[in-house]
Amino acid sequence: MDFSTPPYLLNNASVQRVMLQVLAALLPGIGAYVWIFGPIVLVQIALATATALAAEAAMLRLREKPLAPFLTDGSAVVTAWLIALAFPPLAPWWLIVTGTLFAVVIAKHLYGGLGQNPFNPAMIAFAVCIVSFPALMSQWPPAALDLGFAEQARIVFGLAPRVDAIVGATPLDALKTGLKLEEGRVGVSQLLDNREVFGAVAGRGWEWVTAGYLLGGLWLWRRGVVSWHAPLAFLAGLSLLAGGLWLYDPAQFADPLFHLFSGGAMLGAWFIVTDPVSGCTTPKGKLIFGFSAGALAYVIRVFGGYPDGVAFAVLLLNLCAPLIDVYTQPAIFGMKDKSR
Amino acid sequence: MLQLFKFKGGVKPQTNKTQSVGEPIGVAPLPSRLFVPLHQSIGGTPRPLVAAGERVLKGQLIGGADGWISAAVHAPTSGTVRAVAEHVAAHPSGLTTLSVEIEPDGRDEWIERTPIDHGALAPERVRERLREAGVVGLGGAVFPTHGKLTASKTVPMEELVINGAECEPYITCDDLLMRERAEEIVRGVGVFRDLLQPKRVLIGIEDNKPEAVAALQAAAAKLGENFAVVAVPTRYPAGGAKQLIRVLTGKEVPSTKRSTDLGVQCFNVATAYTAWRAVAHGEPVVSRIVTLTGNVERPRNWEALLGTPLAEFVALGGPKPDTDGYLMGGPMMGFAMPTMDAPLVKATNCIIASSPALFPPKAPEMPCIRCGECAKVCPHELQPFELYWFARAKNFGKTQEYHIFDCIECGCCSFVCPSRIPLVQYFRFAKSEIWAREKEKNAADQAKARFEWKTAREEREKAEKAEKLAKAAAAQAAKKAAEAAAAAAGEAAPAPAAAEAATNVPAATNPPLDAEAAKKAAIAAALERARAQRAAVEPKNVDRLTPAQQKDIAEVDARRQQAGIEAPPTAPEESQP
Repeated sequence: MDFSTPPYLLNNASVQRVMLQVLAALLPGIGAYVWIFGPIVLVQIALATATALAAEAAMLRLREKPLAPFLTDGSAVVTAWLIALAFPPLAPWWLIVTGTLFAVVIAKHLYGGLGQNPFNPAMIAFAVCIVSFPALMSQWPPAALDLGFAEQARIVFGLAPRVDAIVGATPLDALKTGLKLEEGRVGVSQLLDNREVFGAVAGRGWEWVTAGYLLGGLWLWRRGVVSWHAPLAFLAGLSLLAGGLWLYDPAQFADPLFHLFSGGAMLGAWFIVTDPVSGCTTPKGKLIFGFSAGALAYVIRVFGGYPDGVAFAVLLLNLCAPLIDVYTQPAIFGMKDKSR
Repeated sequence: MLQLFKFKGGVKPQTNKTQSVGEPIGVAPLPSRLFVPLHQSIGGTPRPLVAAGERVLKGQLIGGADGWISAAVHAPTSGTVRAVAEHVAAHPSGLTTLSVEIEPDGRDEWIERTPIDHGALAPERVRERLREAGVVGLGGAVFPTHGKLTASKTVPMEELVINGAECEPYITCDDLLMRERAEEIVRGVGVFRDLLQPKRVLIGIEDNKPEAVAALQAAAAKLGENFAVVAVPTRYPAGGAKQLIRVLTGKEVPSTKRSTDLGVQCFNVATAYTAWRAVAHGEPVVSRIVTLTGNVERPRNWEALLGTPLAEFVALGGPKPDTDGYLMGGPMMGFAMPTMDAPLVKATNCIIASSPALFPPKAPEMPCIRCGECAKVCPHELQPFELYWFARAKNFGKTQEYHIFDCIECGCCSFVCPSRIPLVQYFRFAKSEIWAREKEKNAADQAKARFEWKTAREEREKAEKAEKLAKAAAAQAAKKAAEAAAAAAGEAAPAPAAAEAATNVPAATNPPLDAEAAKKAAIAAALERARAQRAAVEPKNVDRLTPAQQKDIAEVDARRQQAGIEAPPTAPEESQP
């Protein structure tokens, strides 16, 4: 018996269990991804995972930490999968390797490793790469692209030329560019009629992938792994701004549903703003964090220069999280009635 | 139907109670030796009243209550006192405590017992009786019961809450007591009710003990008491006093208040039982029901004499070969018994034999990932992970800001922590560090006061010295003046000269008056300096004295002591801090 300290009875929770559940919750989204865009994303996931584990091991060795508990805790794998899902599937192999290395080595371990990183490592990877390699990070294959797995793999590993025809913009980007190019001449609804790019609700194909993320997120919530505060507030912040502007001018602004199911909104809501390490911890703090990130993501994706704003919004809010926590400490047992 | 309230947080560990409720309460045989610690309750340590070689009877007072908040200790059986000496305590530290060692004579002969009619006596007399009988809270806190039986003078007593929740896994001693001795519990509650005069009496029992609920309901009905016996949802720590009060009354008692300030008081069922035995049978607390369970062949509840050594007690259950230790209390808040010689005490509700299968070794501690599970389950709605960060960083001021002293150490946070951080240990560490610093600060304050007093005294003495010198000088001057006058007179000066000299003399005798003023001024200046010094020291956080500062204080102290013994006060620079 471990005589050190009570309680002697513990439940079966572990960091690994938490991380495995997060990975499981990503599966519906990944399934839809593979179904619609082919298995190349699995290659990216594998690349990211291998890189993350190797980087994790190297950093643990350098920091003189035990390898086994940290390599198996699953946190590096979660970071890797999130990076793979946030990056374009046909991006060259070295792009995701660079992003993952940056995330694990700099964003995670240089700040002290598991539990110490002030910024979400996956979002750091995305931000670093989109700033450094904007063109590569903006080339997304259309859902209609009919390309065999072998051909896709050749593109990823640089064995086949990257042809502009096979890689286009994201639906979000397409809409923004369309509106800009055809300034005043076409409205959102005409652009959304382009069935090659857009589906029933948002981007063609992507709407199903993001719906998969939503499903996984709801499962995480049901399991009690994440609380509803941050995701709901994030989606509310995004929808409120989107809804307001859409009502103001439907020709210039897409409807909230389009925004909810486009880009990184669902992935961000359920898997990024719920990151406990870099996010807020108090219920009120989570609401503020989520709502602000959602609103900011909308502002950046619609008015900013980048195709999507989730990563930057989350990173900006990561900066504020410690302060928000300080000011949103909940009242404790017996101290709720201020008059007492 | 009584409206129940919820407390936030809590966990639902496997209860593991069924193993030990199959058999009725057994009476443990007399052990070969008893080691009765004198300090078995909160408050003052009882004075030993017996000496080695003395024969004692069962129930004889062997330790007299020391101060109002203290409870007497009695001989658990008749026999001979073998020693009054230090013996290992029922405490995880393995430290010793003053104990009375008794060799039973096997006759178990009672001292004369005098029942009292509590209804006919003044309340003070009843409280006195409980104090003399060593009645303390048997739920685990062992607070002297008589100290809780005075209602607040300003707040009317609304609810008397009786705690039969028994929320910790494995423990069933209260369950069996309620099943088998419900009537005496109800009568004991009646004594408490008569003393406190509450509007309602609520008995809360977790709903996994339907037999106990039924037994108490039947007993209350039979005795015509309108006590509400309420089944409360099973959720650890529903048996925490503050949690049960919350569930039954909706009131939340903050750490800064006593429950009586909110018109509530709470007692454990076993406490009510012993109170009744003390009042109606004149029996002091010499035994208690102890659950013996876990890795034993025959888990069961025993009525065991206080002071029974652990080794002899656990033999009753037949520990299995792979037993690797014994817990006292439950697996959530209990502790590992240091040795097999440690005795059962009033706080011992349960002994659990542990095995690697029952309590597997804990997984290695991982870093906190701030998942917030601990905050979700904290019944006092604290943020344990924040407290953990601050405790780890030894930022004790912050831990207090985040209400570390509201932590009841129930262990829910550690129970759910995915990083397997021993959070409770960190909180205990922080609390004890804060207490230690408080003590240190008090000591430093004392040293400072002593130093200031010494400085003032030295200043005064210096002023007195100066005054003496001035006086002497003045006397000298007066003498000279007188001599001069006499000489002048001798030179046949007329009377007016003498008169002039006479008028001069007062001027010469003035210095003593001036010296008086100078002395006053010197004292005032000294006091002022001392005040300034105090003011200069005070704003600094005495909590965070550097080791160098602490050393300085210690040195000043030592010097002061030395000076007091060996040397008269010397130059002030020597005593500069």
